Amino acid sequence: MLETSTLYGLLGIVLAALGLHAAILQPDTLRRILAINILGVGVFLVFIATAYNGPDAAPDAVPHALVLTGIVVAVAATALALALLRRLEATREGTDDE
Amino acid sequence: MTNEAMALATALPLLGALAAAAWPSRSRSIGILTVLFSGVSVIWLFVLVMSHGEAYQLLGGWQAGLAIALHADALSVLMLLLTSLVTLAVSIYATRYFRSSRDAARFWSLWLLLVAALNGLFLSADLFNLYVTLELLGLSAVALTALGGKRESIKAALRYLLVGLLGSMGYLAGVAILYTAFGTLDMQQIGERIAVDPASEMALLLMTGGLLLKTALFPLHFWLPAAHSNAPAPVSAVLSALVVKAGFYLVLRLWTEVFPEAISPKGAMLIGLLGCAAILWGSWQALQAQRLKLLAAYSTVAQLGYLFVGLMLLVTTPVGPARELVFGAIMVMALTHGFAKSSLFLAIGVVQQYAGHDRIEQLDGTSQRLPATTFAIALAGVALIGLPPSGAFLGKWHLLSTSMDSGQWLLVLVMGIGSLLAAAYVFRVLGHAFGNAAFAGRPVNIATEEWPALALGIMATLVLGLGSAWLWTFLGVAA
Repeated sequence: MLETSTLYGLLGIVLAALGLHAAILQPDTLRRILAINILGVGVFLVFIATAYNGPDAAPDAVPHALVLTGIVVAVAATALALALLRRLEATREGTDDE
Repeated sequence: MTNEAMALATALPLLGALAAAAWPSRSRSIGILTVLFSGVSVIWLFVLVMSHGEAYQLLGGWQAGLAIALHADALSVLMLLLTSLVTLAVSIYATRYFRSSRDAARFWSLWLLLVAALNGLFLSADLFNLYVTLELLGLSAVALTALGGKRESIKAALRYLLVGLLGSMGYLAGVAILYTAFGTLDMQQIGERIAVDPASEMALLLMTGGLLLKTALFPLHFWLPAAHSNAPAPVSAVLSALVVKAGFYLVLRLWTEVFPEAISPKGAMLIGLLGCAAILWGSWQALQAQRLKLLAAYSTVAQLGYLFVGLMLLVTTPVGPARELVFGAIMVMALTHGFAKSSLFLAIGVVQQYAGHDRIEQLDGTSQRLPATTFAIALAGVALIGLPPSGAFLGKWHLLSTSMDSGQWLLVLVMGIGSLLAAAYVFRVLGHAFGNAAFAGRPVNIATEEWPALALGIMATLVLGLGSAWLWTFLGVAA
């Protein structure tokens, strides 16, 4: 039977691959922002899965701490991307192009 | 003492960024003072490393493996010194560029955050801390790019952000693999344990790929020209001079200190070939450019190519004096390009402000109107072509002689064509600038606007060319 941590790791790789695929091929910017978030979640999931040390041992705390930091970075980056996208939409009418 | 200098170099700009955000009305003075003092701490650190050798420090009294580790060696202090001098000159220029208090308040706190990220990146010794500084650098650089406020700059900033995020995800995935395989994030410890196995190779591939996207090596440069040419002039200057170089610095560190065992000759050759393609494509596009800023941006694509050709020569040269010579050549080229390109972008900023445009075909008479700025463009141009007495001449000379010694004639040919194309695009600009258009007014000469570009150009062409012998001594002693 597949070990739980391996299952999570594989799931993470699948998510990352899906996210990467969409991030490169999606023409729509909002979808690309979402895709990059899914890619990030995939990478985080792989990292978390590696922390598992079996049912009786405590998990390795370092990957947890790193993923927490990574989530903070991802939230900040997503906020910036969404703010830029909104500004871009606001200038769409082309009144102040130059 | 070294510990204090390392801590100050990162902490000062970070505190300054917070202070500038808290007191927007004072942001200009806070900005200039912070850049000045963090520059002083970097020079202090430089002197200490020069006299006592490299330094290593664990922050907060935590044990190795948990603590944030800082590390200063010859490579990092040289990059720090470049960062300090360039950001100081650009800051002086920016005091007049962002004149309205609203623009100034937006600029200075992001600007100091960028300086903190760069300093932190060059001092970090563990892979995860590097990821954090890399993201901080990316986010502040993107926000600064968007400051122009025009649709084109926001579009370019958004693309820059998304590409940067993809790059950092690649890097982070590599870090996760390395931690799983070796149980540590310290670069030195991983370097000692690395082996030729699938995990190491996968990590090498993901991390290098991610960083090459951020460093804009051909063909991953597609985002660079738009981002660098649509940002405000002071921002373009540091994006081209420092921010892409931070990515190169990381690749250089990873390839020489963490992964040297895992790099195959084919991998090195691929990087070298991409570097060659970057030189030819970037120079050719720079020659075709209609606008000065676009020319400068494509020239960055080409100049990054030289650095990666240098990296290829470095990892394929056996350890010894020949290898140290190549390392010095890469450093002197990176430093020269940093000074020359920031000088060029600032000078273009001045031209744009006084001429109202940066179209190359309509530059006639600039030399009479803006003599000091035209001289800065010429000095930067000398360094970009690689003519003596610029630092790039020495760097290119050593790269060429190493390629000849190992019989890699393709490299000699590419670097030759690249230099000719660079000469063509630089003289195309100078030809128009010195065109004999009738000019009636008085020449403009404003110290705070023209002096920074000139000083940076002098650094690139005269100081690094004539005084760079100590650089090799320093790299030999402290590296």
